[in-house]
Amino acid sequence: MQAIIAWIMRAVPFGTIIMYGAMGETVTEKSGNLNLGVPGIMYLGGFAGFASAFIYENNAKNPNGFVCLILSLVCCILASMLGGLIYGFLTISLRANQNVTGLALTTFGMGVANFFGLFLLQGKSYTAAPLANSIYSAKIPGLSGLGAFGNIFFSYGFLAYLAIVVAVILHRFFNKTRTGLKLRAVGENPATADASGVNVTKYKYLATCVGAGISGIGGLYYVLDYNNGIWATTGQIEALGWLALALVIFATWKPLNIIWGAYLFGVLYWLYQYLPSVLGITTAVYVSDLISMLPYGVTSIVRIITRMKKKRENQPPASLGLAYFREER
Amino acid sequence: MSKENTIKEPLVRIVKKDASSTKRAILVRAVAVILALVVDAVFIFAVTGINPFGVYGVMFKATFGNKLRFSWAMRDLVTLLCVGIALAPAFKMRFWNIGAEGQVLMGGLATALVMVHLGPALPTPLLLLVMFLASAVAGAIWGVIPAFFKARWGTNETLFTLMMNYVAIQIVSAAVNILRGKASSLGKLNIGTEYGWFPKLFGQRYYINIIIVVILTVVMYFYLKYSKHGYEIAVVGASENTARYTGISVRTVIIRTMILSGAICGLCGFLIVGGRDQTISANTAGGNGFTAIIVAWLAKFNTFYMALISFLLIFLQKGAGEIASTYALNDFAADVITGVILFFILGSEFFLNYKLIFRKNVKEVE
Repeated sequence: MQAIIAWIMRAVPFGTIIMYGAMGETVTEKSGNLNLGVPGIMYLGGFAGFASAFIYENNAKNPNGFVCLILSLVCCILASMLGGLIYGFLTISLRANQNVTGLALTTFGMGVANFFGLFLLQGKSYTAAPLANSIYSAKIPGLSGLGAFGNIFFSYGFLAYLAIVVAVILHRFFNKTRTGLKLRAVGENPATADASGVNVTKYKYLATCVGAGISGIGGLYYVLDYNNGIWATTGQIEALGWLALALVIFATWKPLNIIWGAYLFGVLYWLYQYLPSVLGITTAVYVSDLISMLPYGVTSIVRIITRMKKKRENQPPASLGLAYFREER
Repeated sequence: MSKENTIKEPLVRIVKKDASSTKRAILVRAVAVILALVVDAVFIFAVTGINPFGVYGVMFKATFGNKLRFSWAMRDLVTLLCVGIALAPAFKMRFWNIGAEGQVLMGGLATALVMVHLGPALPTPLLLLVMFLASAVAGAIWGVIPAFFKARWGTNETLFTLMMNYVAIQIVSAAVNILRGKASSLGKLNIGTEYGWFPKLFGQRYYINIIIVVILTVVMYFYLKYSKHGYEIAVVGASENTARYTGISVRTVIIRTMILSGAICGLCGFLIVGGRDQTISANTAGGNGFTAIIVAWLAKFNTFYMALISFLLIFLQKGAGEIASTYALNDFAADVITGVILFFILGSEFFLNYKLIFRKNVKEVE
């Protein structure tokens, strides 16, 4: 029982990271832009958030927790949106190939974060922002003390709950608002949307930048909460970014599916560590490697099945990956 | 009843243009690279305060400093180029094979397993042949799975091949953990016996890699440009409906081409394991599978241009590594510099395919 609770307490924060990544990417993909730069954006967001908090903590006379919170969140979102803007300018205005631009953005984001990270590390192998960490991982007082129940539901930082709120808002936005409908129209068939008076360029830019902003929070959550506010030169965020992309497909582009999908991925990801102790067995190292591929394997299978069933609401936006040029027939 | 009215014209509008001349194509790309280098120079200066020209000098030395360094650069260039060549037919068919990383790994894994298990049993030439065949088959299998589902049910290959990479990475990690047994790391395979290691040519085993990839570059160029298969690939890439109308079996072409693409990726794994590393790890492909996507796309599937672009990227990578050690920075400077250059080259394509028309101040009479 203890092991199961510990497993869940590990799976939920893990799920939260990729939930942000996947929600942002969903917004972007709904406009027909397939942004393979998610890992890069998460790097940019995570690094900008950490760097601003770190510099503020170390230079302010009396660092204030609230200021630290706002500052890091704003810096994270701005840096991520800037990444999205680079991608957007190249693919929307200059109509560069989306896959290639996305991959270039991943290289760039990973490079920028780890390169500038060096100036914060100053020769050490890792460095920390304890104040920011204490705010981002602050538990709900009272509720988190309710034994196992409190541990499972109320022991996380506020971003974990915000993620669920954002997912619900996105769900309503896509399905109940006129703007959401127009956005989906742009992703399905930009020519038709254009003919009916929707400003395709504007929608694509906004979706890409806002989506990048949301994805970037995943990186911030990784550094300042999941990783206990520690920055080190890392390749870990890249793997998380690809997992977020997998989650978008797994959830068939639906924000509500992303919520449980993210937690499921978290459970699967940590399966190798907790399942043996739950079952009371020991396994060889290579078994855990094979278990780690479950999220990707499951996603591939789900994708094949949804494709074979051909239900229209489970398919990706029809114009996903294609640039739109009005004069092209 | 005619009345004067001003047609509201946007300040700038975009018009598609005919194919640009080769001269213009080269000019536009050269300008893009130069602009990118200027931006990078400003970046380097702003961050480190080091004279950018000095930095570029250091970078130059990393590749051209001496014979050995140049041969290292060539070794890494052919690794990248080999994956680019593998991707060219798939991309020309508009099949987004993002899974090269995994296909290379599976090829490398097959090579390593043959080396370990059949090494003592077979004479060297036969062993190398079996390693080669095993790697090509393993890569082909990894490549044909997404192709099959794309051809049969139309699943999106971009995302599927991406997923396959991570499955491959985990399989290789598992295999490495099995192979190493109780040792803390795997180390070189067959270290005492050197079974399955490429023979030395001019003192280095990787010269064989270079020769094989040079041959592949030429063969693939002619395959795509002058063979019937190459023509079919081009038609499927341009329009599947046209292909069907002319009697080309789209399914066959997709599957055949992805077998080829995967097999060459697998071959690259063979070259890495046999000729370069003599070992296998989850890092064997080392991101080449992703970088090659950019190489293949920017070169527009022309394998000779691919060699040029690979050279530019390897030059930057080596150079940034050198900067990092000279000025006590880290290797990620390479990613930043490469990223900026790629953005500029990608953006420059626009000026080859489109032109901007600015508003003229004339009133038209209806």
